[in-house]
Amino acid sequence: MIKKLFSYAGEYKKYALATPVLVCAEVILEIMIPMIMALLIDQGIDRGSMPTILKYGGILVVFALISLLFGIASGRTAAMGSTGFAKNLRGAMFEHVQDYSFANIDKFSTASIVTRLTTDISSVQMAFQMMTRIAMRAPMMLVFALIAAFRIDSKISLIFLVVLPILGVGLFSIIKLTFPIFNRVFKKYDNLNGVVQENLYGMRVVKSFNRQEYETKKFKMASGEIYNDFVKAEKILAFNAPLMQFSMYTCMILLSWFGARAIVACGNDAAIGLSTGELISLFTYVMQILMSLMIISMLGVMLTMAKASAERILEVLEEESTLQDPENPVYEVKDGSISFENVHFSYKHTDGGKEVLTGINLKIESGQTIGIIGATGSAKSSLVQLIPRLYDVDEGCVKVGGVDVRHYHVESLRQQIAFVLQRNTLFSGTIKENLRWGKEDATDEEIEKACKLACADEFISKFENGYDTYIEQGGTNVSGGQKQRLCIARAILKNPKILILDDSTSAVDMKTDALIRQAFATEIPDTTKIIIAQRIASVQDADQIIIMDDGKINAVGNHEYLMENSDIYREIYESQNRQGGGLNA
Amino acid sequence: MHRGGGRHKARAYAGMKPKKGTIKRLLKYVGEYKFRLILVLICILVSAAASVASSLFIQTLIDDYVLPLLIEANPNFGGLASALCGMAVIFATGILATFFCNFTMAIVAQSTLKDIRDEMFEKMQNFPIKYFDTRTHGDVMSHYTNDADTLRQMISQSLPNLVSSVISMVAVLCSMLYLSIPLTAIVILFTVFILLSIKFVAGMSSKYFMEQQKAIGDANGFIEEMINGMKVVKVFCYEKKNIELFNKKNEHLFEASNIANTLAIITMPIVGNLGYAMYVVIAVIGGAMALHGVFNPAIGGSSVLTLGTIASFLTLSRNFTNPIGQISQQLNSVIMAMAGASRIFDLLDEKPEEDHGSVTLVNVKEDAEGNITECTEKTGHWAWKDGDNLIPLRGKINLNEVDFGYDEDKLVLHDITIYAEPGQKVALVGATGAGKTTITNLINRFYDIDDGKISYDGININKIKKQDLRRSLGVVLQDVNLFTGTVMENIRYGRLDATDEECIEAAKLANADGFIRMLPDGYDTILEGDGSGLSQGQRQLISIARAAVADPPVMILDEATSSIDTRTESIVQRGMDNLMKGRTVFVIAHRLSTIQNSDVIMVMENGRIIERGDHNRLMEEKGKYYQLYTGAFELE
Repeated sequence: MIKKLFSYAGEYKKYALATPVLVCAEVILEIMIPMIMALLIDQGIDRGSMPTILKYGGILVVFALISLLFGIASGRTAAMGSTGFAKNLRGAMFEHVQDYSFANIDKFSTASIVTRLTTDISSVQMAFQMMTRIAMRAPMMLVFALIAAFRIDSKISLIFLVVLPILGVGLFSIIKLTFPIFNRVFKKYDNLNGVVQENLYGMRVVKSFNRQEYETKKFKMASGEIYNDFVKAEKILAFNAPLMQFSMYTCMILLSWFGARAIVACGNDAAIGLSTGELISLFTYVMQILMSLMIISMLGVMLTMAKASAERILEVLEEESTLQDPENPVYEVKDGSISFENVHFSYKHTDGGKEVLTGINLKIESGQTIGIIGATGSAKSSLVQLIPRLYDVDEGCVKVGGVDVRHYHVESLRQQIAFVLQRNTLFSGTIKENLRWGKEDATDEEIEKACKLACADEFISKFENGYDTYIEQGGTNVSGGQKQRLCIARAILKNPKILILDDSTSAVDMKTDALIRQAFATEIPDTTKIIIAQRIASVQDADQIIIMDDGKINAVGNHEYLMENSDIYREIYESQNRQGGGLNA
Repeated sequence: MHRGGGRHKARAYAGMKPKKGTIKRLLKYVGEYKFRLILVLICILVSAAASVASSLFIQTLIDDYVLPLLIEANPNFGGLASALCGMAVIFATGILATFFCNFTMAIVAQSTLKDIRDEMFEKMQNFPIKYFDTRTHGDVMSHYTNDADTLRQMISQSLPNLVSSVISMVAVLCSMLYLSIPLTAIVILFTVFILLSIKFVAGMSSKYFMEQQKAIGDANGFIEEMINGMKVVKVFCYEKKNIELFNKKNEHLFEASNIANTLAIITMPIVGNLGYAMYVVIAVIGGAMALHGVFNPAIGGSSVLTLGTIASFLTLSRNFTNPIGQISQQLNSVIMAMAGASRIFDLLDEKPEEDHGSVTLVNVKEDAEGNITECTEKTGHWAWKDGDNLIPLRGKINLNEVDFGYDEDKLVLHDITIYAEPGQKVALVGATGAGKTTITNLINRFYDIDDGKISYDGININKIKKQDLRRSLGVVLQDVNLFTGTVMENIRYGRLDATDEECIEAAKLANADGFIRMLPDGYDTILEGDGSGLSQGQRQLISIARAAVADPPVMILDEATSSIDTRTESIVQRGMDNLMKGRTVFVIAHRLSTIQNSDVIMVMENGRIIERGDHNRLMEEKGKYYQLYTGAFELE
């Protein structure tokens, strides 16, 4: 996993690799500094030799300077490596996600992809930086400090070998005990946030039913659970610092005792045994060794947390798009004719893989207007999503222009099909910018023409800034009907061979809806138009009307035919026309 | 909601400056645990003392034991042994104090947080609807997530660390003064220099840090927007263009975060190595002083510097500068937490809904002569209780020349007069923004009117306790909100003491029983995430059942069926028809077919009622309603 992720460091690999080397140099210097300090005390202060003090003092300052340089350099490379790595990883992920099919997107859900691209990336970036820097530094510090200590006095340094395992086991047990609790706490946090969120969304309901106290009780229960777990975890964590102190103080007392005896035994002569300066150095190493172990244990925790993020990122990167271009693809879409031949289809990742379309056979001629009608859940949208190959069929085939959609170059196919999705989105940017999604180099005239066709021009021209009006993210500053008309205009700009409207005029009033349909008929007569609608009026004039019922085609025919022969159609027609028109949701 | 993250972080940094008095208020919360806090403080002192003792001990060890022992021909280590035992006792005390301090702090910190969280939520329940209407959910949520979280970090980590760092620095300072005043002066001089360099680096890094936050917000915003609109991107083959745009933002983020990160990392080596430089300076000066026998003024007795003193002093000086880096980091998070805390306090200071009503809703018994008396048991009969007066609950609602505006200077309702007799169905028709929903907001007093009068059974609704007023009104809205829990619990939300049978009865009335029984666990099916597993129509049916179980005399149905397809609508409509029987109902609808049989239809335009009457009369008038009905004119 690490290897795979590391390959994304790319051109920043050299920084990532340089970091441990620089850190290593920094650590060696930091280990040598106490040694020189020892010399300074032993040979300088102890012997009362000012030149020696100055000599070692000078060396010390030079070492500190070099160490500082290495520190700055390693900081620079560590930052460069980790942020560069994050940049590449983020870029690679984003690019890879662009290749996803609808099925891939459904599998992850958009919210989860967003989290992986944002939160997970930053936690992996942190981990990467630690891996190159601290994960190198702490063990090296531990090893070098131990070596240095043993070089000074191997017998006394055996103390470390006694204390270190105790501390190690202690720290490990603390982590082992608290880790599952913290994991649980995070879930409970979600729970708490869920209560707040529901409460906010449903505040009118809460107030209408006077459920303030009930809600507060619910919240207090959730916050109480967090409290309990947190306190439990932190009580265990409370052992951390005392354990550390215990190890340190134990080392100090043992060092003092054995150190003093050793110094006295050898007459404070570093050459034979131990000197006072060396003893002070040993005290310094105690801190460095124990701190390093502490940092290593914390690293363990953080890396475990980052591991989950890394796994989630790799999942995205390793997900193969379920749609692949064929070898020798067809680039040319001949015309807008469509046929479904015994099509069966299911969503793999939702609905438990239940078949949503069963045995669909259908022929649509180029330039025809097709209406599709049916209850929610009757698979109207699923049917049309197969045409631009947003999903692949399980069985049978869908042909556009006489060629199986799977034989086309996907982009070429989709260029010829404009699809106005049911849950459509406008993006932050001006109206013009949004419309240019349909055609990147569209002229102002083309844009205006498309908007007139979609009956959007009338309201756009009333805006203060006209076509340069800024659309907020998600199109929140235009009404539902306006948004739908803009989406239709955007689709028309593509000048497609096939135009699919998936319930795209539900918020547009009937008169405008009729005007748009009329414009379709006169302005783009050669385009095949497929209209999914709730209102009979929207499809009444279509060449063919398809009645969908529970994943099957219930009936096909024009208005007159269906009025005669389809019970469902008649029922819908009557329910909508019984009490006059006025159906203007 | 989703867009919240990045923006809020950006905002958190923008509002770095906490308000005055925040610390004092925060202390008040922690102050609840005064006794424990005093113990914690004592423990921190003891623990710091032990740590100082450990560094001072080196001097004692060398000067009082090692050096004298060196001279002795037959060294006796008994004195050293007992001194070490003494130290062991001091250390043990220190360890225990540390443990006790951490242990207690865990409880204090978490309790404080729980108190603040609970208070936030409890207070929020009584905020006026205006508070929620004028803020995004994301903004409010961030108080519970971001702000509370920074506060948690501060109380449980930064603050104790900061306190113990400062205390040990003070202790170390005292010990240094005890050993040598001139050397201490040098240490302080150096410390100032280190602080200045930290400030310099931090100043630079904060600029880039802000830039990084902005770049993160920008990139994450783009990611959110594009991934959420991914299906549109695919349909328009916009992938390549998207990658191009993203790469630009990504590159910018890289540049900003690279510098910010570098500066953050190099603070530590700078502090550490400056510390070494100081070490050398002290060694040289101290050495020179010792060699030349310079007089060393010190609190612990002024004399000539000894070797042990210098060694000890050197260790102390390291202990003095080491926490500086830490403190500067902790200080940063404390400042951020303070900003978070002051935002939390802003929320707590928000004015709750005012309620001067005194009229309450009570259960009543009716005797044979039609006299009513108040009673405590549930009778299904209700009355308004005004002082000693009992006025039977009928469901008659009058609006009299009502004016209202959400902002003071912009009225959205002008001169609205509506008479709804008990059992009548009143429909409000009009374009979006005509003021239909606003009227219902006034009836249940989510907002208060500016002028005119609204009465309920002849009582001015201002005189009715809000809780009781709302209890007598049922509401079904277009946006259905269900809560996590079983279907049964969701229905029971309407009346908490309803039995299972009553809930099922209500579901039957609402035409919801059929589909509920088809769910995997029937009424015990757990709904999650606002009932996302259900269709819009099914969710609406549950919300109708919820209103039905509350059984209020007056119902408000606000576009209850407009997001449901026409075939499902007929099922929902039947449920609603059952619910409406015998009640005063206000209906808001786009689809005229659903309101045709109303007793009164009000056609609204720009905050005024322009036509009123029943269907037949309005059709005869051949006004706006007629146009709407015949399709000559459309609502947007």
